[in-house]
Amino acid sequence: MSLLNVFDIAGSGMSAQTVRMNTISSNIANAESVSSNTEETYRARHPVFQAHIGAEQNPPFNFSAALNHASGVRVAGIVESDAPYQLRYEPNHPESNEEGYVAYPNVNVVEEMANMISASRSYQTNVDVMKSAKQMLQQALTLGQ
Amino acid sequence: MAISIDKQFGVHQHALQLRAERASVLANNIANADTPGYKARDIDFQSMLAARMGAQSDTLAMDKSRSAHMNSLSQPDAINGLKYRTPLHPAIDDNTVDAHLEKTEFVNNSVGYQAAFQFLNGRIKSMLTAIKGQ
Repeated sequence: MSLLNVFDIAGSGMSAQTVRMNTISSNIANAESVSSNTEETYRARHPVFQAHIGAEQNPPFNFSAALNHASGVRVAGIVESDAPYQLRYEPNHPESNEEGYVAYPNVNVVEEMANMISASRSYQTNVDVMKSAKQMLQQALTLGQ
Repeated sequence: MAISIDKQFGVHQHALQLRAERASVLANNIANADTPGYKARDIDFQSMLAARMGAQSDTLAMDKSRSAHMNSLSQPDAINGLKYRTPLHPAIDDNTVDAHLEKTEFVNNSVGYQAAFQFLNGRIKSMLTAIKGQ
């Protein structure tokens, strides 16, 4: 029943976007978190999305097998950004180094906000897809009535 | 006089099934709208429907002299029916999903589903009328 498949697929999209939203909120919350040790300073985190398709490696020979292989998106992992820390000259700051610089996290708040809008729009789209699929299934139940 | 239910339902039962399957393909595109490297896919509804109806497909198949011979798989995707969408503006991460296009197609597909449903329901209703005779 492929319409039930839609719920799994849209659900996987929603959960992936939720993970993305979580990392964004974590990044924004920690945008100003400094630490005395630059090794421990917060780094921006980003989820890596991956299509959940076994069909790519091993092409199935019929359509329904291909459909069963295509089952949405998954979060392959969360990576930390390699971008350099933002050094700010604050000699009076208790965490400043010998030259008077403080290493702030490499979080780009503007980028994070744009990411947040993208994530919430994608989430909404997946919810709409689920709603449509629900209506289609409910309609199918009234067949012959 | 034998009545074939299969004939009575005609194209609409296949259309309804295929619309439901296409909804799953399009939902998969939408779920992967932010996946790097994902290629948007879709099915050619007309040719798939023709194949379901048992019509001759226009793809050339190799002749088989033994039943154990494998099918010629020059284009495996042509056989399972899933094709790749031609991207209008691919993203920098090689993703070819156009969210607006997919949304439009999804709505279009669910309207098609409703249409197929209405026709199928009409056929069932007319059969019920014939059975009851009133």
